[in-house]
Amino acid sequence: MSSTDISINKDVHHAHEEHDHHHDQNFFEKYIFSQDHKVIAKQFLFGGIFWGFVGGFLSVIFRLQLGWPEATFAFLEPIFGGWIVNGKLDPEFYLALVTMHGTIMVFFVLTAGLSGTFSNFLIPLQIGARDMASGFMNMLSFWIFFLASIIMFWSLFLSTGPAGGGWTVYPPLSALPQAISGSGMGMTMWLVSMALFIVSQLLGGVNYITTVINLRTKGMSMTKLPLTIWAFFLTAILGLLSFPVLFSAALLLIFDRSFGTSFYLSDIYIAGEALANTGGSAILFQHLFWFLGHPEVYIVILPTFGIVSEVIATNSRKPIFGYRAMIGSMLGISLLSFVVWAHHMFVTGMNPFLGSVFMFLTLIIAVPSAVKVFNWLATLWRGNIRFTAAMMFAIAFVSLFISGGLTGIILGNSALDIQLHDTYFVIAHFHLVMGAAAFFGMFCGIYHWFPKMFGRMMDEKLGFVHFWLTFLSAYLVFMPMHYIGIAGFPRRYYSWTGFDAFNTFTDLNSFISIAAILGFTAQLIFLFNFIYSIFKGRRATANPWHSNTLEWTTPVNPGHGNWPGEIPTVYRWPYDYSKPGAPEDYIPQNVPFSQTQSSNLPYERDLE
Amino acid sequence: MDMVAKSLGEENNTGGIHPLKFTLWLIIISIIMMFAAFTSAYLVRRAEGNWLEFDLPNIMLISTVIIALSSVTMQLAHNAAANDNIAKLRLMLYLTFGLGIMFLIAQWNGWSELVGNNVYFGGVTSNPSGSFLYVLTGVHGFHLVTGLIYLAIVIVSSLRYKVHSKNMLRIQLCTIYWHFLGGLWLYLYLFLRLNH
Repeated sequence: MSSTDISINKDVHHAHEEHDHHHDQNFFEKYIFSQDHKVIAKQFLFGGIFWGFVGGFLSVIFRLQLGWPEATFAFLEPIFGGWIVNGKLDPEFYLALVTMHGTIMVFFVLTAGLSGTFSNFLIPLQIGARDMASGFMNMLSFWIFFLASIIMFWSLFLSTGPAGGGWTVYPPLSALPQAISGSGMGMTMWLVSMALFIVSQLLGGVNYITTVINLRTKGMSMTKLPLTIWAFFLTAILGLLSFPVLFSAALLLIFDRSFGTSFYLSDIYIAGEALANTGGSAILFQHLFWFLGHPEVYIVILPTFGIVSEVIATNSRKPIFGYRAMIGSMLGISLLSFVVWAHHMFVTGMNPFLGSVFMFLTLIIAVPSAVKVFNWLATLWRGNIRFTAAMMFAIAFVSLFISGGLTGIILGNSALDIQLHDTYFVIAHFHLVMGAAAFFGMFCGIYHWFPKMFGRMMDEKLGFVHFWLTFLSAYLVFMPMHYIGIAGFPRRYYSWTGFDAFNTFTDLNSFISIAAILGFTAQLIFLFNFIYSIFKGRRATANPWHSNTLEWTTPVNPGHGNWPGEIPTVYRWPYDYSKPGAPEDYIPQNVPFSQTQSSNLPYERDLE
Repeated sequence: MDMVAKSLGEENNTGGIHPLKFTLWLIIISIIMMFAAFTSAYLVRRAEGNWLEFDLPNIMLISTVIIALSSVTMQLAHNAAANDNIAKLRLMLYLTFGLGIMFLIAQWNGWSELVGNNVYFGGVTSNPSGSFLYVLTGVHGFHLVTGLIYLAIVIVSSLRYKVHSKNMLRIQLCTIYWHFLGGLWLYLYLFLRLNH
């Protein structure tokens, strides 16, 4: 009986494969509910770009308030209606704006938009796989993200406003709907959306890890992987370990808000009235949140480490300096990211001894970070550098990472943090090191892999204009913030004109706002370039950057299954650029040593 | 299963383990992290005082026995499938499913017992110590329901003669997940016993 069943199964299986290869998919299968990793990557990319503009727009609005606190913004009334009262921004709306800016940028753009795009697109292409381990789960990951996006976007249009308790949603503020209007329906939708978002990230991450472990092509050992893949792989592991913890924290917060439990609430008086909740601990939420929250910043920055390493090596026409040190430092950073979360909580009254332990662990992160910076600079050193738009963004990434990383050493000191906590110094630090830097890494990836995604080139001249405006405005926005931060200027304040100490910074704040508006406007150039190039860009060749990795061995527009014939076998690491004795300055990974006898190193002769 | 057939059909697998099985282990890791968060939050919160002490419902010992038994029957079902003993396979799957339902009923009765002792999930008189117990058992119960759904899928495929020694993936996955759910409950039960 069972043998009959087996043969039936085989037939079914066979029929399915035939179906995949010969039957034209309809529009929905091909572009909407696609299980092809390349289409899903583009869906994440479009989603990320959309959210990037929403998040950027929100920041421009609150920068208007900060830059010109006395001005009236009656012209915004058509867009925001009731949130503009007599031409003034409603203070609670201001809080909602900064909350949503943070949530959107950290989670929807730099987590889903970045990992979702490049992990999906590059993992199968660079390891030599036909697709992800489970295309179905991959599709589910995008559509759950889409659902989370709709709920989050919808919450922007509630009459009580979206969530307003900061992107870290600390209780008790976020747990009590009567506290501010942003803790009402908007907060509920925030939690529902984030719960879905976490499910989406876990589905995606599980897939990335499985694919990297199980579906590498012949010869592709872990030490022949491009650094991009290592970065995406470690990012996915971080997500797998930390997102469930955020889920737990959010679940308890949902219970506190809607089911009358007291996990985070205790002894609270609100509007002169005592609440019945006893026994909760607000600090508990911070511990749970930052156990995700700190790895989360590496979830944001690690993929760009990989992208930038790849682009810098390709465009310096040199092997990446210290390939194994790069992997080692990424492993070190990933490991350390789980044992430093309490440096976000130095001023919560934690035990100073515990604080010094976390301080020590935090400062150690400077070591692997410095290794990476050193290796990037050493890769550029005496390279035959090609200044493509992607390369500009990659080099600027290193610059931003250094400037932002240095202030991390200052903030990591628990004693200095007493002065700097919750000031604009913190804002400047993390916007440079994980905000702007991650955006630069993302732009770098888009400019570099655009030809493989859409079969056309983006316009380099517009790319340069976009680059210089973005680069200048990033520094013009965030450098002055260090200064006002050291002066004690607090973050999240709607209005600071009532404080004499801060009134002297009016001009500086207007300056920052002007730079922010410039930076946002520059992104419209990118948007135009991006959309225009999809349809009208110069046609790309199969390997326009003369790069070594496997994705460039596919046709210009790789179809379903990526390689029309057999999957290429890998013989060498991905960084054989400018190898002495080789006729070309690059040797793709799928070229066997027997074909490159003139350039083989002594130990490679055995592999011929 | 055809979810991965395309990518696996022609190429060799570098991991030495079926991708879906690997995926399942990753999902299990994420569930472990979730419960690690809950139980460490429990410990941190308990150390801060103002903690209501109460007796664990006795029926939870019974539910522990039930779920341990269901793990045994699940393993027997797996072995029966490996030996192509279809009748025994079905019997054991039914038994496992029944025991799973019984476990949920026992947990529900445990909740009733708690409410009888004035230990509430939420509300004016609730204390986090009680709420935590409801959350731990509730979230575990939710995962057990997902396990039951998957078990039902395996039962249906066994009725269609699709579970046998040459087609073990489904039941292997189910067995791993089911043992995990049993082990998770054992951990939670011991954790609650020791921290009460």
